[in-house]
Amino acid sequence: MTPEADNGVPAISVRDLRVGFGAVEVLKGLSLDVRMGEIIGIVGGSGAGKSVLLRSIIGLLPLRAGTISVLGTDLTDAPPQTHNRIERRWGVLFQQGALFSSLTALQNVQFPMREYLDLSERMLTEMAVAKLELVGLKPDDGAKMPSALSGGMTKRVALARALALDPDIVFLDEPTSGLDPISAGGFDELIATLQRTLRLTVFMVTHDLESLASVCDRIAALADGQVVAIGTLAAMQANRHPWVEAYFKGRRARSMARTAG
Amino acid sequence: MNAAPTLARLKDADRWWLVAEGSWTGAHGRQLEAVVAEAGAAPAAESAATIDMSRIEAIDTFGAWILQRLVRQSARAGRPLAVSGLSPRYQGLVDQIARTNTAKPPRQAPHNLVVGSLETVGRVVSDLGSDATAFANMLGAIGSSVLNVLARPSRFRLTSTVHQLDRVGWQAMPIIMLITLLIGGIIAQQGFFHFRRFGAEVYAVDMTGILVLREIGVLIVAIMVAGRSGSSYTAELGSMKMREEIDALSTMGFDPIEVLILPRIVALIIALPLLAFVGMMMALLGGGIMAWGYGGLSAEAFILRLREAISLTQFEVGIIKAPFMALAIGVVSAMEGFKVAGSAESLGVHTTESVVKSIFLVIILDGVFAIFFASIGM
Repeated sequence: MTPEADNGVPAISVRDLRVGFGAVEVLKGLSLDVRMGEIIGIVGGSGAGKSVLLRSIIGLLPLRAGTISVLGTDLTDAPPQTHNRIERRWGVLFQQGALFSSLTALQNVQFPMREYLDLSERMLTEMAVAKLELVGLKPDDGAKMPSALSGGMTKRVALARALALDPDIVFLDEPTSGLDPISAGGFDELIATLQRTLRLTVFMVTHDLESLASVCDRIAALADGQVVAIGTLAAMQANRHPWVEAYFKGRRARSMARTAG
Repeated sequence: MNAAPTLARLKDADRWWLVAEGSWTGAHGRQLEAVVAEAGAAPAAESAATIDMSRIEAIDTFGAWILQRLVRQSARAGRPLAVSGLSPRYQGLVDQIARTNTAKPPRQAPHNLVVGSLETVGRVVSDLGSDATAFANMLGAIGSSVLNVLARPSRFRLTSTVHQLDRVGWQAMPIIMLITLLIGGIIAQQGFFHFRRFGAEVYAVDMTGILVLREIGVLIVAIMVAGRSGSSYTAELGSMKMREEIDALSTMGFDPIEVLILPRIVALIIALPLLAFVGMMMALLGGGIMAWGYGGLSAEAFILRLREAISLTQFEVGIIKAPFMALAIGVVSAMEGFKVAGSAESLGVHTTESVVKSIFLVIILDGVFAIFFASIGM
């Protein structure tokens, strides 16, 4: 949707990133490039630093060393205005949705538009309804409060809010966790469809082998605070790193491969 | 890339058509709405049959919806508008948006000021009733769990009670001592200042002693405890309710009242009289310091006068109220905590309600006791 989209600049570029808490260093010199328009899945064991990586990129955690640039802009020591300009071009789906509990679903989706764009009230309503429908909800669901939404609906509303400003990049933190397999499959499909129509770059932290297999263009595996393998699903299955091997050749992965094949 | 969106109306032979240019994105929301409204308002004879989208710089969901709005508006007016020249990369987006907003938005009932304010009054009255019920309910639930615990004393949670006692009693001590010291001093200073005009300065000691022991001491302490500990009870119980911790307790076969509320209320009932006693002593000390520094009364003279002015009755009248006030604060804070529903806002509302209602109840209780003691001549 922007000129940068096609000139070969990576959507996200992370170099030698070090992030830690106290004496513990979680990310130890991690480097990663995310291409424009791809869906990248980040996998890793619990505590491997997947969420820390995501939170560092979106600026919620301080860096000890390294650089992060998003959409060709270096965010490492960027002034707040630069940060703000880039923040408007990404949307984040938090693991628990993080909907504002005092606003209805529709108001949640309207919130970023109302703050950042100059739109009439009619336009705000129509756009919020359109976004809710894009993520597969009914217009009536807009009037519901977050506490009245089911887990799957919460994630969809949160996705609609992440898409409110037509971002170039969406960050998804375990989008299908806590959903039943059918809803999770539906959500994967939704992400793939939206990625195509809205030309999104999707950065997805996930544990869901099915999501990885069905929607991700590339997969990056995190272990020991670094990217130990990156590539397509086939490349990951051929990888010899012990953790990657255990993950993609474990019993669950094998049984999935059996049912699929 | 950020040229303002335009929509030109051109005439070719005898047919009108529209040409879109610029970037049709959310950043230009108002302009988009304006240019489309203008195009849609054209007279019927000059209405366009085609809109050429080949020259736009960019289009996002906002632009796609505006385009769709124009298409639908034209269709409703019986002059269908064809979209041409749209780049294939945007086709999917425009198609997707065209499928949204098909249902009529629900009409909201018009808001009537008179009816609205009447409704508010009605709600307040009905809330008052349901509050009284909820209070009685909570009091009953606590009473029944007290009976349960009395039947099997081993079920009483001593550790939890001691922990709460530390929080609401011991940790509250410094601030209570400071505030009551100041209040005692202020009362004495006012007494000396005004009684001096009648040459009755020494009665300032009487006033301070009686006021502090009978009324102010316990009232100030109870109000502070309601604000300090009652609010924290409500916030804790409320967030436990929100995170389904209370449901988890129930499903494991525990009575939340017995596990969570009883230790808190017992702690409060023990702590408040102790705090009130310390508060009274500090207020008297404050009065004494003021009498010495401002009233020119020596410590011995102050104590002598105080002994003449007050009796044990004054102290009893004051301190007997403390456990009842503690119960009222505990019940209100538990009741409000359990009323918290899903949202963060609700937690805030109920914490405020808890403090307001318990202070109100404390003052009402004080008044009732005043009438009672006056009637029995204490």
